Parts: sequence; C-alpha cells; structure tokens
Amino acid sequence: MLIEALQILFLSVGTLFFFLGVIGLLRFPDVYTRLHATTKCDTLGLGMIVMGALLYEGATLNSMKLAFIIIFVFLTNPTAAHAIARAAYRHGTRLWEKSVVDMYKEASP
Amino acid sequence: MTFPLFVALALCFTALLCFYRLIVGPTVPDKIVAAQVIGTKTMAVLVLIAVIYDQPMFIDISLTYAMLSFLAIIAVARYLGGERVIKC
Repeated sequence: MLIEALQILFLSVGTLFFFLGVIGLLRFPDVYTRLHATTKCDTLGLGMIVMGALLYEGATLNSMKLAFIIIFVFLTNPTAAHAIARAAYRHGTRLWEKSVVDMYKEASP
Repeated sequence: MTFPLFVALALCFTALLCFYRLIVGPTVPDKIVAAQVIGTKTMAVLVLIAVIYDQPMFIDISLTYAMLSFLAIIAVARYLGGERVIKC
C-alpha cells in the first residue's frame, strides 16, 4: 500500500517537473534562460521517474541498472548544458536585451 | 499497470510541444536545446515501457541511448563553438 502510494507520487512529481521544463522552453526569451530552465527540470524529472520505475522493479539486477541511469544522467546532463552554453556564446548568440550582467565578457576581454 | 501508461502518454505529449522550439527556434543553439530535451524524455519513456510490458531489455536500450545522446550533444557543441571536434 505504501509502496504503491510512493510509486504514484514519484511518477506524478516527475511528470510535473517535465511539464514545467517544457513551459520554460516555450516561454523564456533567450537561449541561456531556456537552457537554465530545461536542464534543471529535466534532470530532476528523469531522476523522479526512474526512481518510480525502480520501486516497481524491486531489488534485482535491473534495479541496479536503473540506479546507474540516475547516476549517469546526474553527471552528464549538467556537463552537456555547460558545453551548449559555451558554444552558444562563442557562436555569437546575443543575450536578451534586458540582461543585467555579462560576466563571461568581463572575465575574458 | 495503467498509471505508467498514462505517464508515458503525457511525456509523449510534452515531447510534441518541444517540436515547436525544434522547428521554429530563432537560433541554432535553441534547436540543440530542444533536441536534448526530447532525448531526455525519450529515455524516460523507454524506462516506462520496460515497466509496462515487463521487458527488462528496454532498460539497456535506455542506458545506451543516454550515452549516445551525451556524445552527440558534446560533438555538436564543440563544432558550433568553432573548436576541433576530435583531438588527436
């Protein structure tokens, strides 16, 4: 009973985070703000959904694979986001016109 | 096993919403961000398919998809930033 409640809770919260990330992707004005919204929401949403699937599996070899998926995504998703942001800046993408500070430009004149 | 099916359908719907930014997106990095988001959602849907149909093979497919997606994103980002993709 408690396990079923936890499964439904984890899957629902993960879906909610995916929805919030997509709303940020569609509504924010800039590449960098969109990246900021989607990376954090996607990482936590995928962690929640895989945790819910892990509760469905029980303690087997497959649940170890699921735990490895969580660890791998928590390591690689921020790395990919950092690479995309750096490439977008070097490509010459403008910041939003209401942006306040540009620290990359100050650090590397 | 009906609740994971509904969750998978909701994730497919959000992936369809992402296709707007993938096609329209004003700049090229916008499209890369949308592609990365769709890849993450595909991994979640593959894990849910493994739960729904009780086929553990799809967990391995999801893990391989994660590694290939990470390599592709890194390669495209290095190419876009004007660096060499492969250092040797």
